[in-house]
Amino acid sequence: MITYIFIAMFLGIMLYMVYFQVFRSEDFINSPYNRRQDSFAEHVIRGEIRSADGKTLARTVTDSSGNESREYPYGNLYAHVVGFSTHGKSGIESFMNFNLLRSHSFVGKRVINDLTDEKSQGDSVVTTLDSTLQNAAYQALGGYDGAVIVMEPATGRILAMVSKPDFNPNTIAADWDSIIAENAGNTSLLNRATQGLYPPGSTFKILTTLAYIRENPDYAQYQYTCNGSYTQDDTTIHCYNHAVHGQQSLAESFANSCNASYANLGLTVDTESLRKVCDDMMFGTYLPISLESSQSSFVLDSADSDGMKIQTVIGQGETLVTPLNMLLIVSGIANDGVVMTPYLIDHTENDAGITVKQYKASTYKQIMTAEESDVLEALMAQVVTDGTASRLSGQSYTAYGKTGSAEFSNNKGESHSWFVGYAHREDKEDIAVVVIAERGGAGSSVAVPAARQIFDAYYGQ
Amino acid sequence: MIHLIVELSRYALIILFAVYTYQCFAVLQSKDAERAQRMFRRQSRMMYLIHFTAFLVICFVTENANYLIFYMLQLLLLIMVQNCYRIIYPKASRLLVNNMCMLLTIGFIILTRLNGERAFRQFLIAAVSCAGSLLIPYLIQRMGFFRRLTWIYAAVGIILLAIVCIAGPTSYGAKISLSVFGFAIQPSEFVKIIFVFFVAAMYYRSTDLKQVIITTAVAAVHVLILVASRDLGGALIFFVAYMAMVYVATKKLLYFVGGIAAGSVAAVVAYKLFSHVRTRVVAWQKPLAVIDDEGYQICQSLFAIGTGGFFGMGLYQGMPERIPKVEEDFIISAIAEELGGLFAICVVLVCVSCFLMFLNIAMQLKDGFYKLVALGLGTVYGIQVFLTLGGAVKFIPSTGVTLPLISYGGSSMLSSLVIFAIIQGLYILREDEGAINHERNRKTENKKTDGAKVKVQDLN
Repeated sequence: MITYIFIAMFLGIMLYMVYFQVFRSEDFINSPYNRRQDSFAEHVIRGEIRSADGKTLARTVTDSSGNESREYPYGNLYAHVVGFSTHGKSGIESFMNFNLLRSHSFVGKRVINDLTDEKSQGDSVVTTLDSTLQNAAYQALGGYDGAVIVMEPATGRILAMVSKPDFNPNTIAADWDSIIAENAGNTSLLNRATQGLYPPGSTFKILTTLAYIRENPDYAQYQYTCNGSYTQDDTTIHCYNHAVHGQQSLAESFANSCNASYANLGLTVDTESLRKVCDDMMFGTYLPISLESSQSSFVLDSADSDGMKIQTVIGQGETLVTPLNMLLIVSGIANDGVVMTPYLIDHTENDAGITVKQYKASTYKQIMTAEESDVLEALMAQVVTDGTASRLSGQSYTAYGKTGSAEFSNNKGESHSWFVGYAHREDKEDIAVVVIAERGGAGSSVAVPAARQIFDAYYGQ
Repeated sequence: MIHLIVELSRYALIILFAVYTYQCFAVLQSKDAERAQRMFRRQSRMMYLIHFTAFLVICFVTENANYLIFYMLQLLLLIMVQNCYRIIYPKASRLLVNNMCMLLTIGFIILTRLNGERAFRQFLIAAVSCAGSLLIPYLIQRMGFFRRLTWIYAAVGIILLAIVCIAGPTSYGAKISLSVFGFAIQPSEFVKIIFVFFVAAMYYRSTDLKQVIITTAVAAVHVLILVASRDLGGALIFFVAYMAMVYVATKKLLYFVGGIAAGSVAAVVAYKLFSHVRTRVVAWQKPLAVIDDEGYQICQSLFAIGTGGFFGMGLYQGMPERIPKVEEDFIISAIAEELGGLFAICVVLVCVSCFLMFLNIAMQLKDGFYKLVALGLGTVYGIQVFLTLGGAVKFIPSTGVTLPLISYGGSSMLSSLVIFAIIQGLYILREDEGAINHERNRKTENKKTDGAKVKVQDLN
């Protein structure tokens, strides 16, 4: 019997070794902590990175004397997402490093290359990025600092990712010292789309609403009369631009982004259930993406004052979110509560164009029930038809969304402009878009028009 | 050009070792002694070829002539060991000799790759240990007093472990070694052998309740001292070996199940009580999340194994030196990285083949004392291999024990060779037992045939 127990244990080890090699090793091989990859470069020419529609985003060129250089034909356009490999590594260049340095070209060719001391061509990485949408997103953000991400909610394919300020990956090695040297904070290397931490502003009302409807099944009966401000203890909250909204239902409060009404209803929500909603919405965890990312944080505590609480429920206070996190939340709403794992790589292929590895869509997490997502979708529709995102109404597509104007300093005049939402048209996959324009003012003034440019580009208007 | 040699060698080594491993198991099927002998000879050839190929690559890549000499010395040792056993102990198990030499060879190859200087030290220790351990099978057959030293075993074992626990220097949070005349010795490597002898000496006499209680108490002292020294891997080895021996000696499932239950409770208590146990478990559960601290070692190991893939990177093409303590506790990761995941699986299989031999001998021996000794040593070997391999591939939390005959470490090498030699001695003992039985059978058979002849005559 002891023999059998031991044999089972050893079989376990051997099966695990095989399992690890087949299913788990990728995570470890591709870790940027794994320095082994670099030794491959001695025998392999680094592969290309391409967009889904076949544009070359990064390639290695060998000159007549055998010197290799890495070129990025689109310069700043894909700076953060494609990254660079010329001075350290970032972006796709970093997490696909191993694949780019693996050659799956024809075996005979590789043997001949070995014999003649020639390098073999590394595999190409084909991304999910769409050059039209990446362009549209880049143009839409214009001169603002901030981030734009576009994703298919049903699959998790990321179609565009922009962060500004940006840099030119072709000259990164030369520019490095000047980027790093300025202690004043040149943050152009930071990928704001995944690493940027912003106050959510009114986009947080999506979460407050979810907490409220979970606690109050009769939410449709909610009524409040807005006189432009709400005071609790020594804290007073104003509606944006000192607007006075008058009689407001829940849907109207959401569509008009009425701060006073939300302070009123948010105060009734139990802090712990709001925390539970934030946990469900992936706060405080690393999001499932291969790029460097930050964790959103929600720090409100039952012990905090009510003044702090009314700030928090309208998205001010100390809450911080990443643009990617907001994108995944609205993608979940678009997709019946199910968040798909966001991914950037469609497949890798060898130099003859034969697919080496195909990446597939996978479910990450159910963040809310389908009923809850239906309720939120209806509210987000009204933001477009009758509310702060009305510039998206009357198009060939139906848009859903929430705007935000996030105050980020004590200077009440300045705010970041947010739009989070998605659009639907029968003939195409839905897309979700998040736009944050730093110091852009009201969400409706900068972020919504930017989102419209992206939707228009996608639906071909 | 060199790259091509390295590339080709990867496949050559895997194929040669796979053939070797296959024969380890194929030979068990073969009833024909002549055919078995042919297989053993083929195994030896495979081993020499693996050794040659690997050192060809090592010499080519390093362009260091010293390694050529080192190769010759190793070759000499392997040939000596094989022939000494054949000549002095013709009844010894060829399979066990082959496996022992094969594992030594793999150890020499990978240690030379990792650290030439340490490999040479290891080689010297191995050479001396091989020579010394050649005596052991002889002693086992001639000396009857091994079974009478019961309490001496217990006293020596406990005192040695206690000295380490009190006076030993702490390294990586555990006290496992003693410094004697400049040599770092790990007494627990030897105490585990003595311990097995103690338990066997107790139980071959009697297995009544009183005996079980006394023995268990003494065993518990061993284990607790090791826990106090924070040598958890060591404690686990002693514990499992004891459980197996109690079960086989008493044939009472209750003891076994009760022991496992007690062990599980102890594991949970240890998890709650000791931070260093929790660290290991955290590093095991989500190594990448804690890569900067407690997960560093296991992550480096998994980087090595993962990047190596099934076919390995080829000798000198990886970075096994990035794994902390690679030569001792994570030697299998270095093997998997450069020689390939398939090669590593074959290493596991060869270890399994040794383990099966150990237990097989235990099952067939008639002598109660030596039966328990074989079983105990087999379990010690099995659990040690399991802990080190399982820990390195993240099948279980890592415990920091060495891989017998392959890992760097003099105490480990000497004690492993002693264990193999004892098992050889017991194998020969069993062969003799078998021969006596056979003799007896033949005599009775002869009588029968004689009787038959008489009957035939009568009929005539």
